[in-house]
Amino acid sequence: MAAILQTHQLQAYYGDAQALFGIDFELNAGELVAIIGANGAGKSTFLKSLTGLVKAPSEAIAWKGQAIGGMAPGYIVRQGLAMVPEGRRLFPSLSVEENLLMGANAQRKGPWGLKRLYQMFPILEEKRHAPSTSLSGGQQQMVALGRALMSNPEVLLCDELSLGLAPIVIREIYNAMPAITAEGMSLVIVEQDVSMARRVSQRLYCFQEGLVSLQGSSGELTREQISQAYFGV
Amino acid sequence: MDTVIQGVLLGGLYGLFALGLSLMFGVMRLTNTAHGDFIILGSFSTLTLVNLGLSPWLAMLATLPLAWLLGYSLQRYVLNGTLGRDPLPSLVVTFGMSIVIQNLLLELFSADPRSIELNGLNTLGVAFTPELSVGVLPMAILVLALITTAGLQWMFKSTALGRSFRAVSDDREIAELMGLNARKVYALATALAFVLVGLAGALQGVRTTVSPSDGPLLLLFAFEAVIMGGMGSFWGTLAGAMLLGLTQQVGFRLDSGWGIWGGHLMFLIVLVLRPQGLFPKTRG
Repeated sequence: MAAILQTHQLQAYYGDAQALFGIDFELNAGELVAIIGANGAGKSTFLKSLTGLVKAPSEAIAWKGQAIGGMAPGYIVRQGLAMVPEGRRLFPSLSVEENLLMGANAQRKGPWGLKRLYQMFPILEEKRHAPSTSLSGGQQQMVALGRALMSNPEVLLCDELSLGLAPIVIREIYNAMPAITAEGMSLVIVEQDVSMARRVSQRLYCFQEGLVSLQGSSGELTREQISQAYFGV
Repeated sequence: MDTVIQGVLLGGLYGLFALGLSLMFGVMRLTNTAHGDFIILGSFSTLTLVNLGLSPWLAMLATLPLAWLLGYSLQRYVLNGTLGRDPLPSLVVTFGMSIVIQNLLLELFSADPRSIELNGLNTLGVAFTPELSVGVLPMAILVLALITTAGLQWMFKSTALGRSFRAVSDDREIAELMGLNARKVYALATALAFVLVGLAGALQGVRTTVSPSDGPLLLLFAFEAVIMGGMGSFWGTLAGAMLLGLTQQVGFRLDSGWGIWGGHLMFLIVLVLRPQGLFPKTRG
């Protein structure tokens, strides 16, 4: 089966500082893949390169066989690759519903719309006209997730969904994942919580200092292998 | 009483000066230091169209699409390149434009003050009481300022375009991630601001006289109105403009040399007592 998204020796820079040193990565249709790794390992940079927020060489990223590295973020989201950014980054002067509608800018057809999202997260319908800044952290994360879904992506990248949230809220958000992947959507999640990442994903990549230090089936990798790849000791 | 009414009417015109500046600053944190000169350019383009044989009304209307075109291309092809974390490039570029426009107008039209004749409407007044007579034109300008402010506020709050304006202003990177083309949104914002600039210029030319070197003073008025009103709200900007107009009229009443000085003084007082402005819409 051909990969829907693939990178080949992807390198990325922040100014003069190199953050990624040649990442080979593959995502198949319908898969849920987790990326773990310490702070500064390049996980967020990797997602930003995929979505066009960080420049990448054209041939390094392939979307269904087509080179999309370094394309404009707007072009990439219209192809069907959406991201929930780290730290949520909602638009503070927009209401909950307006934030969600911004996600629909890509104008892709599909099952996701306001109605479906409000079914999944009823609290958002209740607060649809409230300023996004008045929501709790967990509710804001629901908006960020919903905003990305509004573009009806084929692949959804989630950067640290659980960051700064209470465990019970994290569980509530991850409980929504089966409903999302049921439509055949593929997911890439970057996660600090290693046991959560192992539980929900089928395959796992561990990043260390801009390189892939370990990859494999989430169920088969041992704790020892992961902690060695994570800390590099 | 007369002074108050004159002040509010003057404030209406200042409001139209200030709204465009407020819009550009609000959407892209861009301070257009040539703002006043573009207003004067609007006056002279209306004047030129009248000289070419258009009726004054038609000339004023024709200026607006021209202003839209100028604003859109200016942002798209020049000003977008100056935007970034550092505000200095855009300040320097617009300051340069200010000098170029002033000298170009001086070269083309000489330094003589001119005005646009509106078939007698310029001086037509309505007498409310034997002592109190109010000009039709200033009243029309005030109504126009109110309509424009309400329209802008509605557009920002309730339309998809307004939502895009707020989104790129909040977080340009994420807005682009959602598929917005920020450079195009910026160009639309400037185009809209320039329509207001063109309108303000045409009305300034009708209400009083204009000469090529008037721009910097108009920029100052617009700036004072925006700051006094508080950032982020068009009604605030209009209120700031009213306060400025009112203070200037009171100043003029006391001594003909005190009007503009009085406005600056009020600006200073507001800055000291309420640096966030009268009606700030604080964010986040």
